Amino acid sequence: MFSNPDLLHFIFGRLSLDSLPFHEPILVVTFAAVVLGGLVVFGAVTYFKLWGYLWNEWITSIDHKKIGIMYIILALVMLLRGFADAIMMRLQQAISFGDAAGYLPPHHYDQIFTAHGVIMIFFVAMPLVTGLMNFVVPLQIGARDVAFPFLNNFSFWMTTAGAITLMMSMFIGEFARTGWLAYPPLSDIVYSPGVGVDYYIWALQIAGVGTLLSGVNLIVTIVKMRAPGMSMMKMPVFTWTALCTNILIVAAFPVLTAVLVLLSLDRYVGTNFFTNDLGGNAMMYVNLIWIWGHPEVYILVLPAFGVFSEVVSTFSRKRLFGYSSMVYATIVITILSYLVWLHHFFTMGSGASVNAFFGITTMIISIPTGAKMFNWLFTMYKGRIKFDVPMLWTLGFMLTFVIGGMTGVMLAVPPADFVLHNSLFLIAHFHNVIIGGVVFGMFAGIVYWFPKAFGYKLDPFWGKMSFWFWLVGFYVAFMPLYVLGLMGVTRRMSHFDDSSLQIWFVVAAFGAVLIAIGIGSFLMSVVVAFLKRDQLRDETGDPWDARTLEWSTSSPPPAYNFAFTPVVHDLDAWADMKKRGFVRPTSGFIDIHMPKNTGAGAILAGLSLVLGFAMVWHIWWLAAVSFIALIGVAIAHTFNYNRDYHIPAGEVIATEDERTVLLAKQQA
Amino acid sequence: MTMANTTASQTEAPVFYMTEEHHPQNGTMLGFWIYLMSDCLIFAILFATHGVLGRNYAAGPSPADLFDLDLVAINTSMLLFSSITYGFAMLAMEKGNVKGTQLWLVITGLFGLAFVGLELYEFHHLWHLGATPMRSGFLSSFYTLVATHGLHVSFGIIWLITLLVQVGKHGLVPENKRRLMCLSLFWHFLDVVWIGVFSVVYLLGVLG
Amino acid sequence: MLSKLARGVAIASVFMVLTGCNLVVMDPSGDIASQQADLIVVSTILMLIIIIPVMVLTVFFAWKYRQSNKDAEYDPEWHHSTKLEIVIWSAPLAIIIALGAITWVSTHTLDPYRPLDRIDADRPLAKDHKPMVVEVVSLDWKWLFIYPELGIATVNELAAPIDTPIQFKITSSGIMNSFYVPAMAGMIYSMAGMETKLHAVINEEGVYDGFSANYSGEGFSHMRFKFHALSDEGFADWVAGVKADSQTLGRSQYLELEKPSVAEPVHYFGAVDPELYAAILNMCVDQSKMCMNEMMEIDKKGGGGLAGIYNVMSLTYDTPRERGTQPLPSSRSYVATLCTTPSGGLNKEISSIPLFDNGVVNSRFSPVPDVTSTGF
Repeated sequence: MFSNPDLLHFIFGRLSLDSLPFHEPILVVTFAAVVLGGLVVFGAVTYFKLWGYLWNEWITSIDHKKIGIMYIILALVMLLRGFADAIMMRLQQAISFGDAAGYLPPHHYDQIFTAHGVIMIFFVAMPLVTGLMNFVVPLQIGARDVAFPFLNNFSFWMTTAGAITLMMSMFIGEFARTGWLAYPPLSDIVYSPGVGVDYYIWALQIAGVGTLLSGVNLIVTIVKMRAPGMSMMKMPVFTWTALCTNILIVAAFPVLTAVLVLLSLDRYVGTNFFTNDLGGNAMMYVNLIWIWGHPEVYILVLPAFGVFSEVVSTFSRKRLFGYSSMVYATIVITILSYLVWLHHFFTMGSGASVNAFFGITTMIISIPTGAKMFNWLFTMYKGRIKFDVPMLWTLGFMLTFVIGGMTGVMLAVPPADFVLHNSLFLIAHFHNVIIGGVVFGMFAGIVYWFPKAFGYKLDPFWGKMSFWFWLVGFYVAFMPLYVLGLMGVTRRMSHFDDSSLQIWFVVAAFGAVLIAIGIGSFLMSVVVAFLKRDQLRDETGDPWDARTLEWSTSSPPPAYNFAFTPVVHDLDAWADMKKRGFVRPTSGFIDIHMPKNTGAGAILAGLSLVLGFAMVWHIWWLAAVSFIALIGVAIAHTFNYNRDYHIPAGEVIATEDERTVLLAKQQA
Repeated sequence: MTMANTTASQTEAPVFYMTEEHHPQNGTMLGFWIYLMSDCLIFAILFATHGVLGRNYAAGPSPADLFDLDLVAINTSMLLFSSITYGFAMLAMEKGNVKGTQLWLVITGLFGLAFVGLELYEFHHLWHLGATPMRSGFLSSFYTLVATHGLHVSFGIIWLITLLVQVGKHGLVPENKRRLMCLSLFWHFLDVVWIGVFSVVYLLGVLG
Repeated sequence: MLSKLARGVAIASVFMVLTGCNLVVMDPSGDIASQQADLIVVSTILMLIIIIPVMVLTVFFAWKYRQSNKDAEYDPEWHHSTKLEIVIWSAPLAIIIALGAITWVSTHTLDPYRPLDRIDADRPLAKDHKPMVVEVVSLDWKWLFIYPELGIATVNELAAPIDTPIQFKITSSGIMNSFYVPAMAGMIYSMAGMETKLHAVINEEGVYDGFSANYSGEGFSHMRFKFHALSDEGFADWVAGVKADSQTLGRSQYLELEKPSVAEPVHYFGAVDPELYAAILNMCVDQSKMCMNEMMEIDKKGGGGLAGIYNVMSLTYDTPRERGTQPLPSSRSYVATLCTTPSGGLNKEISSIPLFDNGVVNSRFSPVPDVTSTGF
């Protein structure tokens, strides 16, 4: 029976034993390591009987704080994968000169740079940003949770399912060899007949559902659930940037969804959207994907700007300079980010007036960004600056990001772009803004809010190590790339003829090693902090003497965030409360209305994962079954009307009394 | 913070917290509206795609060769009627009339089914002629735009049936009312999109 | 000129740091690229007007207002200054206005589609000068250069006389690439079925690197060529050398050449079919395929009607090639399925209308039958 090829094809689609990369020693070793690691984790969880705990307290949790933490854990795990790709690329480019072919053949190297881009943007930067917003925003606006707690859980698991889809491609089949945006015609079935592009499409589509829903969720949360008294112009800047980012998500991700659907139709059905022939138009793909892609850049960087705004005013112990101009700058950036997409392909042959228009709109974005930079600068002016780790990241950002801004404006001049486009100069530029902006911002945010999430600070020594290695490593890794770009070296090369370039790549590889130490130090700061948690513990709930509402509750906050909903009178509500003699309520607590946990999100995401896998491998029966199951579970979920419960006043009193005792002990 | 050092300012100290439970406004309608706008963007992209590819016949058939405006007009009226009948369902819901709501919902669903059926018939006819989505850029964008709309209507029908069952089970409880409102937004939204499809794809295609 | 001076200073300072490396983008040999390098320098300097104060102030404020410096003024409530706000918005604005003006003008003067008006800063060109035409085709993964006026073609080697304006007409056989000779001028994409243009000139003799600057798959890293900038005599010799080669490039040789190959050695073709480039551009080198321009003509007139449905065979250009190890999945089998005979009545209708030839399905590498389109 199993020799029947038709039956086998029906059951397994394109999947066969040949799909497993036994011939790639690097992958076999990685696979073995992953399996071993997975078995250890699985064994440990089973041995310590943690499955119930994980399921009840985390997997099914609709608590925005736990979901935020899970997003960040996902991002850090994926960072390790994405960074492993980066190291492999740097190593290949450092040794592959002249007769030496390096250790990665093109078909492997091409997958690695594609995966690196996709992972870093979609599964590192995005979950970091979403995770931070999830954790912080409801606390900052004095809410009990987000507007749609179940959707929040579902969004997280969809993002995770997307990440798992992508990770599977490493061991089962292959990943796309097209570059991270999969331009057709290269990504069309004719030129990329393998499963790689299909993995790409399904990973992004599954994760995209999560991203879009989480965008809707946070917009509604911010618009509808602010504490009484918090008008729009009294919102913390981070919440403002979160609002703008989520508006961008909702207004940009559908474009990605649509364009990937069209690409899938070209690949699966044989339509002619982006084909060379039969009336297709590949330039349309390039336009559409960048109509999503450029706002995406601001989706990532705006929350980082928000973090810096919070950090700089907290650690300068001063109100933020120019709050309203900060807010308007954010809004202007949000709008302008839709008017610049063509600067990603000036070289496609648009007319001079079109190119000039998009070049100038791009430059205009640097005006509000510049204004923000000055606002941070003047927040430090007449301040009392404490150089804790979050502030170090902020200063590193201010010095690094401006260089990226400068090279960005250079690239925005179309004739200059003609010589710099697709070169390593471009690579250096966008790593300069993404590492200098987004990554530094996210690290600043994680270090800043970590004590809120866990009740103790991250270890400052390893935090500083991490900062300095990242900072120096960034310059060592990417300044050579600027130079190489000016030497006319283009991107995505797996081999070079000119061995005089080698020294620059060796330096860049060394920089990548420094960054690796930076990542390692960050992980150390978490581990060491956990071990030394009693020394690093903060019982006040406000370890940095900060200014916004999230610091008014305990660390970690109780499930209900605030025993009583705060009433806001001023910007920097917590600073205002501290200044005007707020007394923490210690009695009079009442029942608190909260949403219930549910496993539906994880189950739906699991089914989506199966659907994606079946579609990648053309296992049509499985795709049909999982799709029907998906609809069925979704409908069944709507039959559950019993979605919330009350935390009884007694429990609230117990929790709050415990904190009263703690605070009194501190005072004494 | 002890009581002693704060009592002095306590008289002027403003209220910093609410002692009763805070009930923020329900955000479901806003959230659903935002979702619809994002869906609208997907349609916008499909319209734009049709705008770019709509005349790339690849030496194959054009709208004038393929579309039967009479059929499409009937189809359009099905969807328009269904919107009106959904309106009646909502009126019945406002009055708290469970039976009336269910009846109008069933009629709406039937109109919806008629719409989807006619669309499938049209597709079948075109496919039979050989005018498949693989034939040209124009046909690719036509099928994708119209079928995306059709899929939305089909999901709307599944949703409608689900709500029928739920209204039958629980009556017009607030949750069900909210869901009916959401579906109402969805249904009318699809109607508006269809008017765009009808004018841009069919009318402009054949006559323009 | 100020920018010249500034560029000199900038390059000199950069060179002091990076002695020995060849910053070809900043120090090119063609007039267009030189102007582009000037723009990089000018925009850098304009941006530095803002960037340097920001960086200096960041460090200065961070140092001055450090917690341990109790002498520094501390004003936790200072958060607004209208004057300062005006400055921080208008200073970047002023710079962007200046840069925007430069951008508008330079984008138009350096538009790759615009014929040159000078050979270099000192030598203007007459309005009606005729540039030398080079037709560029990106193939998997090599470059084909056709010199229509000379009737020759080369693979992976480009040559041109110095100080002669050149018009490049660029297209691709399938995948998008980017034609780039950093020493001469900026890049422009090559796309199948479309033509992009680049006007450029090279001012100094030498051998320069050219390559694809847009990733195009497996053999991309080796998609490089040498660009020989020669004296007039040198170029004449080079042309004579190419002409002496006995290979000719016609449709069938092109179809052979088009097959994917990596690190292709230099070839010369002493003679080239004058129709070939137009056929490549219109994706109808295989004569059983309808040309794009013809198809667009038909579409403009309202398409091929119902009868046009079944001539799909002859329109299908992107036949699968041996690109990876995996065969094409069956889902893209529309060519075959559409060509099964349709039901009776309709078929009669079609066959009664004389259209273009249904074509030979797999005529690619067999002798191309002489089927010309009829009816149009």
